[in-house]
Amino acid sequence: MTDPLLSVNGLRVSFATPDGPFEALRGVDLAIAPGEVMGVVGESGSGKSVTALAAMGLLDRKGRIVGGEIRFRGADITRASRRRLRPMRGSAFSMIFQNPRSALNPVRRIGQQIGDALRAHLGLSRAQATAQATELLRTVQFRDPEQRMHSYPHELSGGMCQRVMIAMAIACQPQLLLADEPTTGLDVTTQKHVMDLLVGLARERGMAMVLITHDLGLATHYCQRIAVMEQGRVVEENAATALFAQPRHPYTRRLVLASPTRESTIESLAGGDADLPPRLPPARHVGQGPLLDVRGLVKRFANGTIGVDGVSFTIAAGGSLGLVGESGSGKSTIARMASRLLDQTAGEIIFDGQDIGAVRERDFHRTRWRRDIQIVFQDALESLNPRFTAFDSIADPLRRLVGLRTKASLAAEVEAAARRVGLPIDLLDRLPHQLSGGQRARVGIARAIAVRPRLLVLDEPTAALDVSVQAVVLQLLERLRRESGMAYLFISHDLGVVRMLCEQVIVLRAGRIVEAGVTADIFENSQAAYTRELLAAIPYFVPGSPTSVTPPNVTGVPA
Amino acid sequence: MSRVVRLIGRRLLSSLPAIFGVVALTFLLMRVLPGDPAVFFASGPNTGQAEIEIVRERMGLNRPMGEQFVLYLRDLGKGDLGNSLTSGQPVAKDLAARLPASLELTIAALVLALSIALPLGFVAAMRPDSLVDQIVRVFCTLGVAVPTFVSGLLLIFLFYYLLGWAPPPVGRIDAFASAPPSWSGFLLVDSLLAGDMETFGAALRQLVLPMTTMALFVMAPLARMARAATLAVTTSDFVRTAEALGLSRPRIMVSYIFRNAMLPILTTVGIVFSTMLGANVLVEKVFAWPGIASYALDALLSSDYAPVQGFVLLIASIFVILNLVIDLLYSLADPRVSVE
Amino acid sequence: MTVAVARHRRGLWGVANPATIVACVGVSLLLLVAILADWIAPYDPLASNVRIALQPPGAQHWMGTDQLGRDMLSRLIVATRLDLSIAVSAVALSFAFGAVIGGTSGYLGGAADRWIGRTVDVMMAFPLFVLAMALVAALGNSVANVIYATAIINLPFYIRFARAEVNMRRHFGWVEAARASGNSHARVVLFFLLPNVLPGMAVQISLNLGWAILNAAGLSFIGLGARPPTPEWGIMVAEAARFIATGKWWLIVFPGLMLTLSVLCFNLLGDAARDALDPRRRR
Repeated sequence: MTDPLLSVNGLRVSFATPDGPFEALRGVDLAIAPGEVMGVVGESGSGKSVTALAAMGLLDRKGRIVGGEIRFRGADITRASRRRLRPMRGSAFSMIFQNPRSALNPVRRIGQQIGDALRAHLGLSRAQATAQATELLRTVQFRDPEQRMHSYPHELSGGMCQRVMIAMAIACQPQLLLADEPTTGLDVTTQKHVMDLLVGLARERGMAMVLITHDLGLATHYCQRIAVMEQGRVVEENAATALFAQPRHPYTRRLVLASPTRESTIESLAGGDADLPPRLPPARHVGQGPLLDVRGLVKRFANGTIGVDGVSFTIAAGGSLGLVGESGSGKSTIARMASRLLDQTAGEIIFDGQDIGAVRERDFHRTRWRRDIQIVFQDALESLNPRFTAFDSIADPLRRLVGLRTKASLAAEVEAAARRVGLPIDLLDRLPHQLSGGQRARVGIARAIAVRPRLLVLDEPTAALDVSVQAVVLQLLERLRRESGMAYLFISHDLGVVRMLCEQVIVLRAGRIVEAGVTADIFENSQAAYTRELLAAIPYFVPGSPTSVTPPNVTGVPA
Repeated sequence: MSRVVRLIGRRLLSSLPAIFGVVALTFLLMRVLPGDPAVFFASGPNTGQAEIEIVRERMGLNRPMGEQFVLYLRDLGKGDLGNSLTSGQPVAKDLAARLPASLELTIAALVLALSIALPLGFVAAMRPDSLVDQIVRVFCTLGVAVPTFVSGLLLIFLFYYLLGWAPPPVGRIDAFASAPPSWSGFLLVDSLLAGDMETFGAALRQLVLPMTTMALFVMAPLARMARAATLAVTTSDFVRTAEALGLSRPRIMVSYIFRNAMLPILTTVGIVFSTMLGANVLVEKVFAWPGIASYALDALLSSDYAPVQGFVLLIASIFVILNLVIDLLYSLADPRVSVE
Repeated sequence: MTVAVARHRRGLWGVANPATIVACVGVSLLLLVAILADWIAPYDPLASNVRIALQPPGAQHWMGTDQLGRDMLSRLIVATRLDLSIAVSAVALSFAFGAVIGGTSGYLGGAADRWIGRTVDVMMAFPLFVLAMALVAALGNSVANVIYATAIINLPFYIRFARAEVNMRRHFGWVEAARASGNSHARVVLFFLLPNVLPGMAVQISLNLGWAILNAAGLSFIGLGARPPTPEWGIMVAEAARFIATGKWWLIVFPGLMLTLSVLCFNLLGDAARDALDPRRRR
């Protein structure tokens, strides 16, 4: 390899915590060549973001570099002062962050912020800076840049904010761009636009780019080389295709298996994980008329907006239906109305032949159907009461809906539920902050199934989980459904997951159904343009085949 | 520009209920008093029975509550707040005469407090866990704990009795000095306008201790908020972005840190000012300051209730206006606040 | 009960934080003094003896005597009980009502919430000390009325706080899960939301206790509430005001010190309580 642009050798970073020093990085080795697009992939806690922040000298006050070195174009910048680093930040190397809206100054117009970035390194007058900023906005595909220059961040969508950040980051033509999870939180279609833009710009300008992400598919789609990080170390590094065709390190192998491909099924996701039985029992259907029949559901909010505009669907007993859509599609609202946590403005909700829509949500907890319909929530939204132990959380519905009072009966049922979800019994007296993400997900599921509901509504249950944990939880959910004959209403923005888990799927947009049908049909042969757009935006990778990005000019063979 | 106008209009409208509520509440309070309101609102302690009857008739005390309220509103509209038993003058006149004294004190104290507390908080936040930060934190914790009247008395003890630096605490101006021609009622302003530096000096000397006492009282919460707000902003994502782009220190401090930290500080200033309006009572008592609060207090203790009512209404109105101004400033400063 | 709680908090803190230790010790001492006042006061706080008036601190009277020859130390000790009970009753009242009103309001949202919000705003339109004055004037000059007045002027803070905290959590997963588990709205507010909102409010309580003490003392300083010859910190400072100009410093320094220290201890305790009540601290 030619002299690398950025090289990190044996980097060790430690953070001061109330429980003592925590080693976030334990000897990280990375090298990025000029003009190359590299991916750094890892789950939470792997240290991928810390590495980038350390390279920029932006570590939190509590973090310190305790070993190793960082070199940019050969010069050692490991412990460089702010005075030395400032002229390089933004002009030699640059960084963009997750959560673009909060990364922009809320009280300053975006035109001025881009102008700030320009004038920090280029001696421009205000007029010149304004002109260049407008051009930059055009480069990042804003349709009327002159107008947008005067906007504030809160007036822009997430995707637009990210593009503004990109404009600021490339304003002074840096040679290297570090992109830390730039598309997390964006809709799938927006994600594609932003990534295409980013990689396109990198290619045009011969700019090297490091894409930091937890999404393997995304990395393989856009990067030439990938480094996999686990717990503060780089465990494997290779050309993208080679990495996935032949993963060497066991962690990489697990990651590859857990990342959904076009052909993966629930069974293939976790490979030979000891947690789950190797073969799932055959599906059991108890069909005699739909379990849930929703007709003409409408929801108008207090401020006049229409969240759901005439949606109808049915779910058979033991069946599984996925509700897919981007943000604002109304899928969460429908889920809440179906589970009677929210009153509908119009429409009928018929459960097992009974009109449950007629019962107001504030009285629903008294009906006998409350225990038949339960919900599993997304963990990020704090799905567990911080003051309840796992036991308390699972026991509450048993107390209220089944009427169990004695310690013995409660303990028996709670432990049974815990066993069904694979939660070790000794974790039951822990509080949520003492549990890992995967464990919390299991508690949430145990709480929902403890009363043996007939319909389980799942609202993005795995969205906040690491890919490898997600694989395990999805397998668990599928096993539970087949064992108990529960029906699932599965809400997600992630088409890949829905494809594996649901027999039927409904695609939603702005409160209306765009397309509905059997999953396999929709995925192979969709009729609606919007659905096709969504499907095309999923960054699947196909192991062993060339990626879609042609490398610019890589000299030499990767080590 | 039209946004500003719409904002002002909107905020004015939304403060109307507050003003109405205050007026109604005061009305109720005064009617709940033990005793005969007519006697209190008549012009003197030795008023004859006939005159009391006239007052009673005028106030409509023999009519139903609803009518009384309307009459009350009518009187308010005319600026008639009743008469003070002790001074014999209309309450409105008394209050107008004494208001500048209270305002001068409060505003001077606020300026002093801001000019010390804000920089302190700012510096403490920029150097967390340093010696400065520790000192500021201790100062804040202690500052909130000392009562105003205690600190006022201690200051008098220290600077008047022990050190002899301050003049005796007997009001706004030395008995021997003469007051300048009255323009605004603010002695400092008036004496400057008249070019009378000697009176200016005298007034300032009298003002120093009470001003400092009141300022001490609010420095702690102001510094604490300044520190907290600045700290929150320096650790925010957008400041990290600014650093990542290599912006210069001055630019980051002004346009990124200060502009954002200013918002919660602005809200705190509003709250603090209103607390000061209340603390006025204590400071005016300790320093024999001839303001509206001491006026109302003396009236209260002499069972003279019209001034108390007038005082409460006046304070509440000042507070509502103040809130309006702060709200407006905040809306102007923060583009995220919608006009609605 | 408060004593037990104070000791319990001390027990939860394995790591020694000097401020917290001071606060806990201070508050416990205050409570002890308040309860045992009559037994530990060396002299009768009301017994006047003009011959020994205005004596500086000395062997016989550790904190000197006041203008009527009464022993300062004894008066301070007995005053502790009065000031603390005023503060505690007032804060207990406002906390209880404020939490329930604010919590319900924040949970319900909609028109009810807006009206309560407006009312709170109107209440806060009165600089609170002025409102206390007006209330005591209207209701009469007694200790009980001072308690009610202090409780009323504290109320808006609790309402606002509870409202904001509940509003923030209203849509969290575990709140909706509680509904799905068969809890009515009322149960959700009382047993799920409010217990989670308590840690924040505990800080408020402690800070409010300090503030209530300052308020009560301030009110009696200006002549509302407790009246002489009752020993009360504010009254003692008021009586001392005349003698500042003649250098009788002990008349004001000791009551002032008592006031400051007790408020300080409660404030520090509030900070410690917030940390102790956070379930995340439990290992």
